[in-house]
Amino acid sequence: MNNNRITGTIQKVSGPLVIATKMSGANIQDVVRVGEQRLIGEIIELHGDTASIQVYEETSGLKPNDPVESTGEPLSLLLGPGMLGAIYDGIQRPLDVIKANSGAFIARGAEAPALAEDKKWDFVPSKKSGDSVSGGDIIGTVQEGALVHHVMIPPAITGTLTSISKGSFTVLDTVAEVKLADGTIYAIRLAQRWPIRTPRPVQHKQVPTIPLVTGQRVIDTFFPIAKGGTSAIPGPFGSGKSVAQQQLAKWSDADVIVYIGCGERGNEMTDVLLEFPELEDPKTGESLMKRTILIANTSNMPVAAREASVYTGITIAEYFRDMGYSVALMADSTSRWAEALREMSGRLEEMPGDEGYPAYLGSRTAQFYERGGIAEVLGSPSRVGSLTAIGAVSPPGGDLSEPVTQNTLSVVKVFWGLEERLAYRRHYPAINWLTSYSLYLDQLAGYFAKEAGADWNELRAEAMGILQQEASLEEIVRLVGLEALSKQEQLLLHIARMIREDYLQQNAYDAVDTYTSLHKQYRMLQLIIGLYRKAGERLKDHDYTMQSFLSLEILPAIARAKSIPEKEVDAQFDALEAMTTSNVESLINQ
Amino acid sequence: MLKEYKTTTEVTGPLLIVEGVDGVGYDELVEVELASGEIRRGKVLEVNKDRAVIQMFEGTSGINVPETKIRFQGDVLKLPVSGDLLGRTFSGAGTPIDGQPEIIPDELRDINGSPINPAARAYPNDFIQTGISTIDGMNTLVLGQKLPIFSGSGLPHSKLAAQIARQATVPSAKKSKTGDIQFAIVFAAMGITFEEAEFFINDFTTRGAIERSVLFINLADDPAVERIATPRMALTAAEYLAYTKHMHVLVIMTDMTKYAEALREVSSARKEVPGRRGYPGYLYSDLSTLYERAGRIQGEEGSITQLPILSMPEDDKTHPIPDLTGYITEGQIVLARDLHQRGIYPPVQVLGSLSRLMPKGIGEGKTREDHSGVANQLFASYARGQEVRELATILGEGSLTDTDKKYLEFVGRFEKEFVQQGADENRTIEDTLTIGWKLLSLLPKNELKRVKPEQIEKYAN
Repeated sequence: MNNNRITGTIQKVSGPLVIATKMSGANIQDVVRVGEQRLIGEIIELHGDTASIQVYEETSGLKPNDPVESTGEPLSLLLGPGMLGAIYDGIQRPLDVIKANSGAFIARGAEAPALAEDKKWDFVPSKKSGDSVSGGDIIGTVQEGALVHHVMIPPAITGTLTSISKGSFTVLDTVAEVKLADGTIYAIRLAQRWPIRTPRPVQHKQVPTIPLVTGQRVIDTFFPIAKGGTSAIPGPFGSGKSVAQQQLAKWSDADVIVYIGCGERGNEMTDVLLEFPELEDPKTGESLMKRTILIANTSNMPVAAREASVYTGITIAEYFRDMGYSVALMADSTSRWAEALREMSGRLEEMPGDEGYPAYLGSRTAQFYERGGIAEVLGSPSRVGSLTAIGAVSPPGGDLSEPVTQNTLSVVKVFWGLEERLAYRRHYPAINWLTSYSLYLDQLAGYFAKEAGADWNELRAEAMGILQQEASLEEIVRLVGLEALSKQEQLLLHIARMIREDYLQQNAYDAVDTYTSLHKQYRMLQLIIGLYRKAGERLKDHDYTMQSFLSLEILPAIARAKSIPEKEVDAQFDALEAMTTSNVESLINQ
Repeated sequence: MLKEYKTTTEVTGPLLIVEGVDGVGYDELVEVELASGEIRRGKVLEVNKDRAVIQMFEGTSGINVPETKIRFQGDVLKLPVSGDLLGRTFSGAGTPIDGQPEIIPDELRDINGSPINPAARAYPNDFIQTGISTIDGMNTLVLGQKLPIFSGSGLPHSKLAAQIARQATVPSAKKSKTGDIQFAIVFAAMGITFEEAEFFINDFTTRGAIERSVLFINLADDPAVERIATPRMALTAAEYLAYTKHMHVLVIMTDMTKYAEALREVSSARKEVPGRRGYPGYLYSDLSTLYERAGRIQGEEGSITQLPILSMPEDDKTHPIPDLTGYITEGQIVLARDLHQRGIYPPVQVLGSLSRLMPKGIGEGKTREDHSGVANQLFASYARGQEVRELATILGEGSLTDTDKKYLEFVGRFEKEFVQQGADENRTIEDTLTIGWKLLSLLPKNELKRVKPEQIEKYAN
């Protein structure tokens, strides 16, 4: 493809960093092939004719004077039908194909095409010869499972369609041709290439106003994220980051999920691979795996490919956003990505910033999250696509003042703070309700009032107020004991405990509790706050004891309301409401 | 004939710098002949034009600059493996120290191994019964898991690890045609004392487990840098036994803290930019290349279960070594000094401990249908009880509500009856759950929100 190949020689090898000389003419970010084994690498620095290269594979055995060949092209992905349900490594090599070729252990220099080259797809054109087209225009579709895969004109192309054909094609076959302004003919295939470090362009970004419904009560009710929003989940180990990320990947109401396992455990990826095909997407009835793309660069895989994996993931996510879909991306964990940056920076002997991280950590983090958003995308028909980016952060020792967490928090809009203390008590998800926040609350209030319940926002605010008051009352209890509080205050503490245990706690491993619809969340919240209001009102003219309140039948019934199946929600909650009223009326002076 | 260099220019810490070399590859194995004729080994850490940096496995003491002969081997460090590994004892660098000859290898394996393809892994979900209630009941170990013991100096981690090695069985295998599983044990000692190592060797010998064990021993007075190779040798042996000989292997690695310190020594000798507490920035990646070698592979009979032990300096869980370990491993068993001081063995701090693979390794058909509920309820009740205990010390027991008084009784009896057990007491999972239910019955029924009503009906008395 490029005649302008430059061949240099290795001068130095130090772990994943190779320094090569005689490389003048090569571009920064060019992909190079290193050594006799032609290992894949990328130029990350140029000094005169000396290039610093990060190599995406184990470098043992490389020697000075071995050849280095530049391909003259940046690290790019092949984007097209066939990605859904796939598992890739950090540079889009399909791991299932590699397994079939070379067994259970990943051999060096393994190569396999990112998309199956022999599979045929039925292409249905929606444009005809003679139509003028520009970047982002949809010219036809391919059915990929439950998802309609739009075939688009690559962003920089503008011209006139000279041919387009219906039929069965592989990803590399030409399905249409475009005559460009300069008269050259550009072939459109089902798949297109795009460099991972360049954001795919959009028409213009919008302000997000629709929530990404996750079915996780603490998130949807208290700290919602918008479609096109950004969020961080920091937490020490064992606080449930990975389970939380997987829950979001399973139940978010997005069309496509990109899940990046960046420097994390191999078994977690296996878990997703084995579990997702068994689960049903509530929207389409297809298996969840059919809307999911996994990028797996586990902690023991080469560190440089870990750095690339987050860009590979977000580029794929942008591609589906460009079709007008809602895409959610989970990166677990961005701290491992930052550590990969630090390791390369150290080997380049750059001047270190905070805790040895490179000075550009902040700008790289911001650039990554800025690729999220909701936008009117390029081309016709005009459409809106969203990319929600959720990054897990693994702060050393759980200390949130460390650079990765701080740099992340300065760009994301939602913070779900996981806390070890809660995980100790098996309060999952261990999201601290006092320190977490969502800056989308105001933007999303309209949607919730319309879709979930007219007084949703009031209920939410009241529940949050109870939890905040609980925290200050607990201080008092610790000093002088529960008896020092008024009955109203004691009632509040009991209700707060109900909100924590019967609402916020959610069991990811329980078939019903794992997902709660917005409607059920509303009914649950209404029930608990309703009890609080009624019991509080009753206290004004009936001086009942707390013991009698605690022995009400409705309390254990509310505790078990989590496990009411979605189909029975209205009938059962109506009964519970009635029970609340009669129970409260039974509270009398004592 | 390999080329021989006598061009050593510098010796710093565990590193040797040789100039004027030609055709030397990164990570290559190096043989170094001292003036005395002694032969040591090392590997190439960095090569820059004609200058190579070599990390010595057995230290640099006694190396003399002009007389030292360097021979590059053209290949990475490999471990000879065969079925004869079982029953043998090696040094931390892989040479036999049991007085018997070198083994006749079936093959030579790169000690760095290769990463397991995530698409080829099988998810570990077979329950291992260790006979220890705090583990089986609340932090279940699963076949193919990596579950470290976070300990501190003076705590009985060795005793606990030996008890697990002795008692571990896989109940599901008993029912199937494969029959009862006998674990092969691969033991890697890094920088531990002679007495600690002897404790394990004696324990394995007296229980007759030594014939199915492979030991790699690097003691506290052996060269520190040798420790960097020790766990890699052990895991290479384990992979051979698991995936070539189809055995279930339990790997005990102790003490990971000493391993990380050796890594820090090499890093500082190379003048690398340090991360937290002077440990290199790549400590996470390095540790993961050890821990991630645990697991199961689709279609493979064998498995590797890891039980690394690490001592937390000052019992501090946020120290980089336990911290980074916790981010890689699938949970942790934390030992608590206060329980130990109160004479409770094993002093497992159940609230701080965790097994991530537990949810899929327990339940109906694996342990019992009420297992998950009982474990969750015990966790929640014990946590609540701890808070009550704190409250009671501040305000006095008299100020507690009736319910809280029950919680106070629950915590005390939980520690004495559930946590505490004998070093030879092997409880079945049914025993463990029975004790759990007995303790939960101390609490009012409406406090038991984590267990299903029908289970309360069935098991609580």
